Amino acid sequence: MRRRIVLLVPTTLALLLIAGPAWACGGLVNANGSVTLVRTTTLAAYHLGVEHYVTSFEFAGVGGEFGSIVPLPGVPSKVVRAGDWTLQRLVLETQAQLRALAFEAAIPSAAGAQVILETEIDALDVTVLKGGGTAVGNWAREHGFLLPPDAPEVLDFYADRSPIFMAVRFNGDRAEEQGIAQGEGTPVHVVIPTTNPWVPLRILGLGAPAAAPVEADVYLLTDRQPALLPAPVPAGGSISPRAGAGPEGAKRPGLVLERSEPASSSLLADLRSDKGMKWLPASGMWLTYLRVDANAGDLKYDLAVDASGADQPSPVAAGLSAEGRSPVAEAAARIWPAALAALALVAGIATGAWLGRNRLRPRLG
Amino acid sequence: MRGGSARLALAMLVVAGLAACRPAQAEDRMRTVEVTIHYSRFDPSALSFEPGTTVRFEIRNTDPIDHEFILGDEDVQAVHERGTEAHHGARPGEISIPAGTTRVTTFTFTERGALIFGCHLPGHYAFGMRGTVTVA
Repeated sequence: MRRRIVLLVPTTLALLLIAGPAWACGGLVNANGSVTLVRTTTLAAYHLGVEHYVTSFEFAGVGGEFGSIVPLPGVPSKVVRAGDWTLQRLVLETQAQLRALAFEAAIPSAAGAQVILETEIDALDVTVLKGGGTAVGNWAREHGFLLPPDAPEVLDFYADRSPIFMAVRFNGDRAEEQGIAQGEGTPVHVVIPTTNPWVPLRILGLGAPAAAPVEADVYLLTDRQPALLPAPVPAGGSISPRAGAGPEGAKRPGLVLERSEPASSSLLADLRSDKGMKWLPASGMWLTYLRVDANAGDLKYDLAVDASGADQPSPVAAGLSAEGRSPVAEAAARIWPAALAALALVAGIATGAWLGRNRLRPRLG
Repeated sequence: MRGGSARLALAMLVVAGLAACRPAQAEDRMRTVEVTIHYSRFDPSALSFEPGTTVRFEIRNTDPIDHEFILGDEDVQAVHERGTEAHHGARPGEISIPAGTTRVTTFTFTERGALIFGCHLPGHYAFGMRGTVTVA
């Protein structure tokens, strides 16, 4: 199987590169304020009370430094370099495309937010922060991250539930020293003990105009079929066009269920054979593949996953009102009442926020 | 002679009275308006003044990102939307407001009509960061 992967991964990477540069679950804005199309793959994993994020940060190769801000559901116990093929293998399993976001970064000092972890992974400088939306926003600004106008609200949206963020900066000089080429990814594995797993979705639309399409792939691997909120609409329905279909501004379905089936033994074996993936059970997992295909203005929620078996995904974890489900959730629940329990979760997210340069031209007043 | 002195005294009183009235009238037409910026929105976003009113805008930026307040007609907004000035403050009605700070700018509304105030940092105006002023 390893040989097969070795043969397939370069093919996948080539496809990714053709699709353009990418980044992780954050928003990427250049120094001049324009949005760069870059792509990143993120895998969020949950098993026995521990969530695992495996994210690939690709080097944009434009010079200077680039970074991402990723909201996390808890304080990570470690941040290390991930294996080389986990993300690509998930893509191969579902034939999905992966994308995400990032920020331009500079250097100065911090203020407000508490730095609780710092590490270097290849050419990446990783900083885990604890703080409210304003504190983290200040830290990001003082470190040269160019936050788009919706960032203050989005940072608060996450900080209200989990004031933990991971800022990742790509050091261009170090990348050059290490011979990292444009488009080459650095996978990062974040281990997060938590009882409340969720997958950040709203962050994918950061900086995008309300009508802009946001496309992403989300993978879940659970011991049972999971209960989700918002519940996805079934693939192939009348309001479920393929990703990228339809004109910009057209109403998009939101969260689409593409695959829901037992995970193949070959998939699990391949994932377990990658670096740092032995925690994944060898059998008995359930694979769910969800496709995010939403207008940025409608993507005001995250994906809550009930991995306890109680069949009650949290509206709070989904970023919906604590008092009751939002209209989005209610509508989704009527369409697709997910009702099966989960024991463990592996969530892989491949983001595709298609933020065209033309929609965020640099403008200085 | 007496009559002349009386007229002179009366004239001086009138002049003095007029001089005293000027600042009083200006004060009557001087207003201070507090504008708060939160989540890249102005609050209030719609204002109304009478012609001749001088307004001292106190603009408080509660966001962790920088903003600006540019007051003028559509042409002014268009110029700034494609402009290259990184900071404002020299012209009345135009001011940059760094994150977490309060800044003041003063503007006199001389003519009836509709004006706009907005932020032209990258993406902010398109995001909807603007408001209106009606002068009537």
